[in-house]
Amino acid sequence: MVISTLSRLRRLCLIAMAILTLAGAGAIGQARAQDVQDTLKLFSGSYDDIQKGIEALAVSGQPTAIEILQALTDNRLLAGADGSLVYKDAAGALHDAATGTVVAAEPAGAKPVRANNRIRRAVEAALGQLTLVSPDPAKRLEAALSVFKSKDQTALPLIETALARETDAKVKTALERAKAALVLYGPGEEPAKLAAVEVIAAQGDQDALAMLAATPSPSPALAAAIKDASDAIEGRLALWSGVQSFYYGISLGSVLLLAAIGLAITFGVMGVINMAHGEMVMIGAYTTFVVQDIIRNSAPWLFDYSLAIALPLAFLVSGAVGILIERVIIRFLYGRPLETLLATFGLSLVLQQAVRSLFGPTNREVGNPAWMSGAFDLGGLTLTYNRMWIIVFSIVVLFVLMVVLRRTAFGLQMRAVTQNRRMAGSMGIRTNWVDMLTFGLGSGIAGIAGVALSQIDNVSPNLGQGYIIDSFMVVVFGGVGNLWGTLVGAMTLGITNKLLEPVAGAVLGKIFVLVALVLFIQRKPRGLFPQKGRAVER
Amino acid sequence: MIMKRLFGSDAMALWFLACLLVVTVLVGVLNLATPADSALHVPTYLVALLGKYLCYAILALSIDLVWGYVGILSLGHGAFFALGGYAMGMYLMRQIGPRGVYGDPVLPDFMVFLNWKELPWYWLGFDNFLFAMVMVALVPGILAFVFGYLAFRSRVTGVYLSIITQAMTYALLLAFFRNDMGFGGNNGLTDFKDLLGFNLQTDGMRVALFAASALALALCYLLCLWITRSRFGKVLIAVRDAESRTRFMGYRVEGYKLAAFTLSAVMAGVAGALYVPQVGIINPGEFAPQNSIEAVVWVAVGGRGTLVGAAVGAIVVNFGKTVFTGVLPELWLFALGGLFVFVTLLMPKGIVGTVPQLLDMMRSRKAQNAGETAKPEAPRPAAE
Repeated sequence: MVISTLSRLRRLCLIAMAILTLAGAGAIGQARAQDVQDTLKLFSGSYDDIQKGIEALAVSGQPTAIEILQALTDNRLLAGADGSLVYKDAAGALHDAATGTVVAAEPAGAKPVRANNRIRRAVEAALGQLTLVSPDPAKRLEAALSVFKSKDQTALPLIETALARETDAKVKTALERAKAALVLYGPGEEPAKLAAVEVIAAQGDQDALAMLAATPSPSPALAAAIKDASDAIEGRLALWSGVQSFYYGISLGSVLLLAAIGLAITFGVMGVINMAHGEMVMIGAYTTFVVQDIIRNSAPWLFDYSLAIALPLAFLVSGAVGILIERVIIRFLYGRPLETLLATFGLSLVLQQAVRSLFGPTNREVGNPAWMSGAFDLGGLTLTYNRMWIIVFSIVVLFVLMVVLRRTAFGLQMRAVTQNRRMAGSMGIRTNWVDMLTFGLGSGIAGIAGVALSQIDNVSPNLGQGYIIDSFMVVVFGGVGNLWGTLVGAMTLGITNKLLEPVAGAVLGKIFVLVALVLFIQRKPRGLFPQKGRAVER
Repeated sequence: MIMKRLFGSDAMALWFLACLLVVTVLVGVLNLATPADSALHVPTYLVALLGKYLCYAILALSIDLVWGYVGILSLGHGAFFALGGYAMGMYLMRQIGPRGVYGDPVLPDFMVFLNWKELPWYWLGFDNFLFAMVMVALVPGILAFVFGYLAFRSRVTGVYLSIITQAMTYALLLAFFRNDMGFGGNNGLTDFKDLLGFNLQTDGMRVALFAASALALALCYLLCLWITRSRFGKVLIAVRDAESRTRFMGYRVEGYKLAAFTLSAVMAGVAGALYVPQVGIINPGEFAPQNSIEAVVWVAVGGRGTLVGAAVGAIVVNFGKTVFTGVLPELWLFALGGLFVFVTLLMPKGIVGTVPQLLDMMRSRKAQNAGETAKPEAPRPAAE
């Protein structure tokens, strides 16, 4: 994408330059035009003349130079009997070589300019250099980078001229680096090379590292400087990759948090093992799919708001399914956690199969709205917007839920029922309504999680299965009945997982985490932040 | 004498063993002694299928021992089953010898494929049948012992234990999917040729394996029966019903739980070892948490806390699965899921617990309908 933007920019600049050249009616412009005419005349001559013409063209800064040279290699360059030059573009239209304007007919006696291998080589070299003095900064930057990579010693004089002329800071740095690379790999003196090492080290990325490592026959002093520079670069890279892993860990943690937060309500507050929790997440994701499907078909302009529409809907749909489950099944199994576990597991199979029958077994496509796609760079990191929004979103959900639990009447009733059901009942709280709504709330939150997960995961009937074990781990690890514990648990698991990944590999890292968790639960059976007091001992 | 002590007044155990014996003999004879076109002929695939059911029944029995009698709901018994299966599979792989696709005399095909030069240390000895059989019991046993020791000592109970057993089997699933583990990765172990020198594909061998499974089921059943009837078993039941109280009475609850859990894991391992040669493959899919939960449901369907029920449940549910997945594959998960819900909600005692109850109710209603004064039935002994 970046490249295509660049090339588009470059093309725009070329057109702008062409127009400027045309408009440039001053004396300098005329003098230059005369030079150009002389250069172009050379193309009507012998191979030697053509080669001279190519070399002259390479340093002329002529805006059509690239087109001319490319046309030459493709036999699209025509020279008239009077020495005028035209080229055909890819579409077959004729252009005047000097100005780039479209001309109607070929000049009299036009013949294609011939090319042999020597000419072709000359064209190639010229094309490489040409871009260094191209009027377009993006193109110059690209050329500088390519010299940096190719380390073509013949480009050194040109680099120096380009450097002297350069005004764009970014291109200037790139040119300096390219020059440093040439000096380092060339036959120069040691002090110059040492300075070059410093310039390259300042770049501090993998390319620089590779370049330093491959320096031909360094002297002892140079080798020491290279080692220092490499160590510094490696240290910086390690730091960035550590930061990257950390960020991925937070990202994974936020996903786990979203998946587990509803469970923290149903399992943590109510003590109900809901193995169908993952399916609530899946239902939320499918709600998003349905919403987007309807929007695509009937109101495409709404697409960017599809998630905002899907969020409350997913909450309602999953919440309703949850309430239904509570009324029909779980209500009869309170106080029998193992039976609840089995029944809800059966339910999860049924829900999966139902979705599979309705929507088919394959992944359904849920699109990213514009504000969630793409990425941006931060230091040495590339961060995607969807991951970033999910981190933000999970924190928002957590805090909203905390407010609901602590500051609303419903939250108060919920906590009262959790702590002492009979006492709450005798205070006039309809405990079974509270149970129902609590379960609905937990399921609804799972549905919201589904909306978020649909943005980064495949929306398939198995979506929920992948999260259920992890979410239970998060809740158990963080401590039951404590949302802060859930946050800490999710982040710890996510970050540990991602920090282990580069060391041990993805699967092994995950196994380590699971084993560590199992061992942890042996040490602290009630999690990181256990509930205290008599209410626990029911 | 021993028989009498074992069975007491309970006829169900005798019935179960008798049925098992009759079916085994009948299937064996009808497969081997009747011509293939006879109406009475039992096709070989059916023998293997029944053998598979029997292995599942042993697994269910092992789960029932810990869930029905000690109250430990393990969602990781599939792991012990699969470990036993892998031990057997490793022996069978070594038996292939130079007949593999790559013809390496020692290395199994997948190792040659992965460019391994020598057998990893943990594969050594598996060419010996006895060693492999010891490992079938030892590997799940040791895992269960270590896991149980840690869990029971720190008094992880109830749902928490279920969740960490599930995490255990999930971790093993992930581990066995890795090629570097040296267990064939995704594809597992397959392409077995023979066992103790006998070709696995022959009818005779199929029937022999089937009979061995039946024998193992009978032995495991008797063992469980003996345990649950013994003093030890009474303590287990006490732990199930009131763990703290049992502890306060001076019993070392952890020890009892650990012993039952380890023994149960060994039984599951044996079931897995018998299962592998009959289905001809073992792969990491056997570790999937869903398998373990399914096995728990067999027990629930048959009747938790009734040993016969566990075996019956395993056979009935799997028979249903075979039929359903053949006829209406898309409905199977509905049926299975519905079964979970139905059994836990409406039939908490399972088939073996509920059917006699229903029969009693029908009988007494009939008696009332007949106009007789309903005389109180002698209280049935609780179905064991």
